Order: sequence, then C-alpha cells, then structure tokens
Amino acid sequence: MKVYEKSSAFFPVFERKTGPAQEASHYCPGCGHGNIHKMITEAMEDLNLTERSVFVSPVGCSVFGYYYFNCGNFQAAHGRAPAVATAVKRTNPEAIVISYQGDGDLAAIGTAETIHAANRGENICVFFVNNAIYGMTGGQMAPTTMIGQRSTTTPLGRITETHGNPIKMAEMLSTLPAPTYIERVAIGNSKQIMKARKAIRKALKNQSEGKGYSFVEILSVCPTGWKMDPVAARDWLMEDMVKVFPLGVYKDETDNVDNGAWDRTFAPYEPEKVNVYLDQLKSQVGDTQEVKLPYDLQCKFAGFGGQGILTLGLFLSQIGMRGGQEVSWFPAYGPEMRGGTANCSVNVSATRIGTPLVDHPNVLVVMNQPSLEAFEHEVVDGGTIIVDTTVIEGRPDADRLNVVLIPASDIADEVGTPKVANVVILGALAAATDAFSMEFCQDTLRRVIKKKSLVDMNMEAFRRGYEHVKNGG
Amino acid sequence: MARQFMKGNDAIIVGALAAGCRAYYGYPITPASEIAHAAALHFPALGGVFIQAESEVSAINMVYGTSGMGVRTMTASSSPGFSLKQEGLSYCAGAELPCVVVNIDRGGPGLGNIAPEQADYFQVTKGGGHGNYRLIALAPNGAQEMCDLTMLAFEMADKYRNPACIMADGITGQMMEVVDIPEAKPLAIDHSSWAVEGNAETRNNLVSSIVLDPHDLEDHNHKLDRKYQEIMANEVMYEEYKTDDADLVVVAYGVVSRIVYSTVDAARKAGLKVGLLRPITIWPFPTKVISEMADRVDHFLAVELSTGQMIEDVQLAVEGRAPVHFYGRCGGVVPGGEELEAEYSKILEGGAKS
Repeated sequence: MKVYEKSSAFFPVFERKTGPAQEASHYCPGCGHGNIHKMITEAMEDLNLTERSVFVSPVGCSVFGYYYFNCGNFQAAHGRAPAVATAVKRTNPEAIVISYQGDGDLAAIGTAETIHAANRGENICVFFVNNAIYGMTGGQMAPTTMIGQRSTTTPLGRITETHGNPIKMAEMLSTLPAPTYIERVAIGNSKQIMKARKAIRKALKNQSEGKGYSFVEILSVCPTGWKMDPVAARDWLMEDMVKVFPLGVYKDETDNVDNGAWDRTFAPYEPEKVNVYLDQLKSQVGDTQEVKLPYDLQCKFAGFGGQGILTLGLFLSQIGMRGGQEVSWFPAYGPEMRGGTANCSVNVSATRIGTPLVDHPNVLVVMNQPSLEAFEHEVVDGGTIIVDTTVIEGRPDADRLNVVLIPASDIADEVGTPKVANVVILGALAAATDAFSMEFCQDTLRRVIKKKSLVDMNMEAFRRGYEHVKNGG
Repeated sequence: MARQFMKGNDAIIVGALAAGCRAYYGYPITPASEIAHAAALHFPALGGVFIQAESEVSAINMVYGTSGMGVRTMTASSSPGFSLKQEGLSYCAGAELPCVVVNIDRGGPGLGNIAPEQADYFQVTKGGGHGNYRLIALAPNGAQEMCDLTMLAFEMADKYRNPACIMADGITGQMMEVVDIPEAKPLAIDHSSWAVEGNAETRNNLVSSIVLDPHDLEDHNHKLDRKYQEIMANEVMYEEYKTDDADLVVVAYGVVSRIVYSTVDAARKAGLKVGLLRPITIWPFPTKVISEMADRVDHFLAVELSTGQMIEDVQLAVEGRAPVHFYGRCGGVVPGGEELEAEYSKILEGGAKS
C-alpha cells in the first residue's frame, strides 16, 4: 500500500516562515504556487535530486521559496535568478539548479537574464509561473497581462496602443538554438495538472542527465490579483488565458541530445596548479643584471599609430627591468590608439618612480612631424631629442637640446622592413644616453621578441641605430 | 622571484588567480577591459569559470551565485558599469557574501569619457547601493599593488563576509610596471555554516538578504554595523612620506599620490615643507592618523581627480583644527607636478596657523 504524504522535498514544518500557522504557506487562497511547488517537490523526491538541489527564488510572491523547499536556497534580486542560477550551476555542475520565476521577474525586469541563460544553454530548469499579474506588489500589469485585463496600473484594461501586447516567452525562447526543452502547461484542471507534472519532471530529468536548458511555462491563477473567486479564476485561466497563451510543446530536443552533452566542468582551487601556471607568465628577460644609469630616463615616444611607438617603449622598459631599474610605461590610450597618433611615457629610474606620466622628458623620440611640433618644447634643457629624419622635415633647436638626427625609417628599409624603425631608434637612444650597452640591449631583445624569425632583423636594426650615433651620425 | 612587466589591469587577474579566485563574470568597458581579457584567457585554462555576462547587472548577480557557494569570485568594470552593479553589491552585503569588485574609474557623470578620474569615491566608500552597508575599498597606485591588494581584498572579503572593492583610475589600470608574481597558497576557510553548495552537507543553508520583521532587520543592520566598526578599527592602511615635519600634508590616493610623491622633494628643495599621506584603504579611511596630525600640521590639501569627494573625509578627520584646502582636476585632466607645486606655495605663503 502506498502512503501519500507530503514530499520530503518540502520542509515538514515551515519554520523559516515568520508568524503563526507554520504548517500553511503564505500564499493566498486559490493561488497556483502551492500546486506548482507540490509538483516540483514531488519530482525532486522521485528523481532523488533533493539533496543536491539549489532553489533560486527571486522577487515576487515566490520570493519565500526558501520557506518551503527543503534544499539549498538562494533568494535573488528581482529578475536575476537566471544569472544566479547560471553561476551556481557553473560553480558546481553536480548541483540541480531551479530558477523559479514569476511573469514580472522573468518577462519584464529580468528579460535579458532569461534570454541569455537560455541562449547559453545553461543546464538548469526555469519554471516560469505566468499568472498575468503582479501579485506581491498589488495587482499591477504584468508583461503577460491580457488585452482588456484590468490591473491596478491598467484600471481601464490593458490596451495594445498604450501598453503593448502580452509577451509570449515560450514562443520567443523557442527561436533560440540552445534550449533543449520548452513547453507551456497550465493548472486549470486535473488533466492540465497531469501534463504540468510531467513537464516539470522532464525538465528536472533533463538537467540531471546533462541534457541542457529546460523551460516550463506554467499558466497559473491569482484570484486576489484578478479579483475573482478561486473557481472563477480557474475558469478564466482555462477559457481565456489559454487562447492567448496556447498550451503545448514549443521545442523538444530531449531525445536528440546525448546524456551529458550540456555538462560543464569546474575545477576547484589547487594552489600547486595555479603556481605552475603563474610561473609560465613570468618574464623571459631572466635574472637581473644590475646596470648603473648615468641618469634616470624620463622618456616620451610619439608618432603615428602603427610605427611601433608603444613597442619601442615596451622594449626599453624590459631592458630597464633586466638592468635592475624601476620602470613604468604608460600609453595614451583609447580611441586615438586605433589608427591616429600614438605616444607613451617611459620612466627608467634607479629609485622609486613617482608619476608615471612624463610631462617634461629628458629623452624625446619623435617619429612624425606633428609630434615634433607638439612635444619639442616640453623637453628639459639639455635633454635629448631623437628625430626620424626620413619622415620629419623640421629640425629641433640644437642650441637648447642634444639633437640626434637619424633616418630610422630608411635604415629600417635597408635592414629589411620598415617595421623595425622603432628598434633603430632604440639603438640610437641607448647610444645617445649611454644608458645601456649594445650587447645588453640585444641580449634582452633576443629574449623578449616572441617571433624568433624576426630576431636577426631586430639585432641588425638595433646595431645600425646604435652605431649611427656612436659614429657621429 | 618570478616577475613580469605587465599592465595594472593584468596584475589584478594575476593576484586574483593567486588568491584562489575561481570564477570571473564581467562585461566589457574601457578602460577596464584588459581585466576581462586576462580572465578569459586564464580562468578557463585553470579549470575555472569565465562568463562574459549579458550586462553588468547580470555579472554582479553571477558573482552573488558563486560567492553564495563559498567560492572566491570577482567582477570588474569602470564607472558607468560600476554604477549598474550597485543593487547587486547591496544584495551581496545584505546576504554577507564575500566577493571582489574592481572599479577602474573613468570620467563621468553619464557616459563621460574613458580618461582617468576619481569621481566614484562617494559611490565606492559611502555604500553606493541602497541600505546600510559599506564596501571594503582599497586604492592601489601601481601595478604591484593592483596584484597584491587584489589578493588582500579577497582575504578581507572572506574575513568579514563582505564585498571588497579595488578602486583604481584609468592610469593605474593602463600603466605597465614590474610585478613580482605572488605565490598561490592553500586556503583554509570554513564556509560550511552558510554557503549553499548544492550538496547534502549544505542543504539547510540559505543565501538571502530578506529580513521581513523590522526588529529582526534592525538587528541584522546592527550586526553588519558592528562588523564595519571592527573593520574601521583594524584594517586601515596608509602610507606616509615626509609628513613628520611637514607644514603642509597633501592627502592623495591612486595615481594622484604618485604625482604628489614626485613633487614632495622638489617642493622641499624650494623650501616648502610638504609631506604626503596616501590612504591605501579609502574605506576604512585613515581618519585617526589625520586627526593626530591636525594639531601639529598647518595645512592639509586634498588632491583628487574630482571636484572634491575625499576632502570631506579629510575634513571630518581634521574637525576644523587646520585649514583643509582642495585641488582637483577632472574630466580626465591630470594635474602636472608644477601646478601642484604652485598650489603648495600659494597655501604656505599664507603662513603657519596661529
């Protein structure tokens, strides 16, 4: 003999519920949530999923889901249950995750979360209780409120011209490729309830088998919000609501999806593995070889985007880093970086670096005419200015500045590609400032240039730049 | 020690990985996007989670989900995106969920621009969302600190079960410096009393911020407040540079503190006794040390990339015992050293307080 009793997926007594009557729910008489909760808890028990289930209840009448469901519970912000459910499932793929949402939550404030969780094919169950009204906040229009239906915010009835039409979520979501199973059911009579029960089971079974996203829209009743008695409410559901929200299966790939097809993995934290991984991120410049700088370098590099200005700064920074110096590199960033002018600030210093921005460089590299015009006056008296004479016609003030003129782009062409003009300049900079030896720079470049086929060309470019200056330009 | 030359934004992810963070949820926005790029590369490679969320709102609620399972998680954004996360952060604080959120501050209000600003100070330090709560807020001023303070943020978040925020500016995010790569260490945190992990052991736990009864909610607020008092008593961090004999103490954080640092010695050569006090935690604010200075220092100067936000906390600490001046640039304009030095001499020309 089978004894019918409350599912073990319900708490025996609803102790989390405040106030008296802790064996009854907080729902109004005739409300549909109780029926639906019952069907879910029975399926949880029958499929033996309760212990690893996580029930997510966002804002709405079902916000108190945690009063009733005897499993792990999250109370979520309005509309955000699918985002929370996504994270819970991704963080523990073994968990059975249920996102239980009303119409305002799912189809108004949380529409984006709903669509994108479905579109990612999250292996979760979304149970969507559509009762065409906002219950908890006092009977306002829902996105699913029917044309002509009165609510506290459509006192004369919903009209298309003003309020739009009721949203059909099952239909909308069924256009997405990822969801496995989408069905709309109702709880108007026992026949409908049998079908709803079956759909809820199927959704939970799909998830437990790794078959992916299941969405069950359940047409429900809200006698209080509808201002009807419970019997009239069920009649209205069966006669009127189902005309606007036709029942049926909108998508079902259950039999075409392999078990585990939508399972994702999550690896818990293992420090040893992280350390092995982080070690791969370390710089290739190798051990520090202390270099004594004649003076701290405060550099500004400027030119057109695509001339390798930022890379020039990065190379110098890495040379400085290997030389045991404090270094900082800062680019002018943002839209101007995508094709326009480019500049960056580089500090190489024996002591702690204050501002990373170089307003008054003691080394300025200019690789186009506008940069010469914009920045020459900022260089400190006696500072070094390096000018690519291939592309710049103007000449800086040689009385005030240490001017290094070098046809860097021409030299780069001779070496093999205009792309190494920046390294020609780097060679000139190292020579003009006496900061680093040619061997030290070349050795560093060899370590940091990722494309090994380009190393020789860069070595030659550096040598040409360096010797151009050392041989008196 | 393993080290690398890297952007501040990348250093945040290195710190997060070393801290045992396992899930990153985010939405692209300049100048914070490199954080998401690095997370997209590294988190899945280590078996963790990266999701480019459909919105900033979703991202912080995904953080709520993973955090509620007792797993270290984070999100990162820049000012407009950080604004969108406020509701979620309030939920995290209410449900006492530890997590880390990064704000690489850019120019506002509204869409503003992508240049550096510090105008999110109020939003970060005063509880930007609804209700009585605070974020533990750390303000790095270089790439190494982007890494190290991210690790510390995870520790503090777990210690106090509260969201922690890294507030940096666009410069600190975009700038590259040498970072010593930290070592990942085992974590010994017991979440079993509250986390919902989707298993039999944690079945009776509940992650929630709803407290229906007014008296119960008042108690909950007092409980949170006791926690915040404890954080204020124990977790203040700051750095001082030549404040001992200073006539003028400049208070600045983030990249501004770097600019001020560069001016202190120059100002002293010009005979101006200037010092720097840099809040490392902007909440809790270093109120006590400033208060103690107020009786011996002639002038304070708050320098910010805003029209004046942190200055209010300096004024509260000084309590009228010394003049508190302000110098701010905003909209993405960053002050140069010379204009700050000019400001110092203008203030000190007024002489010592009587």
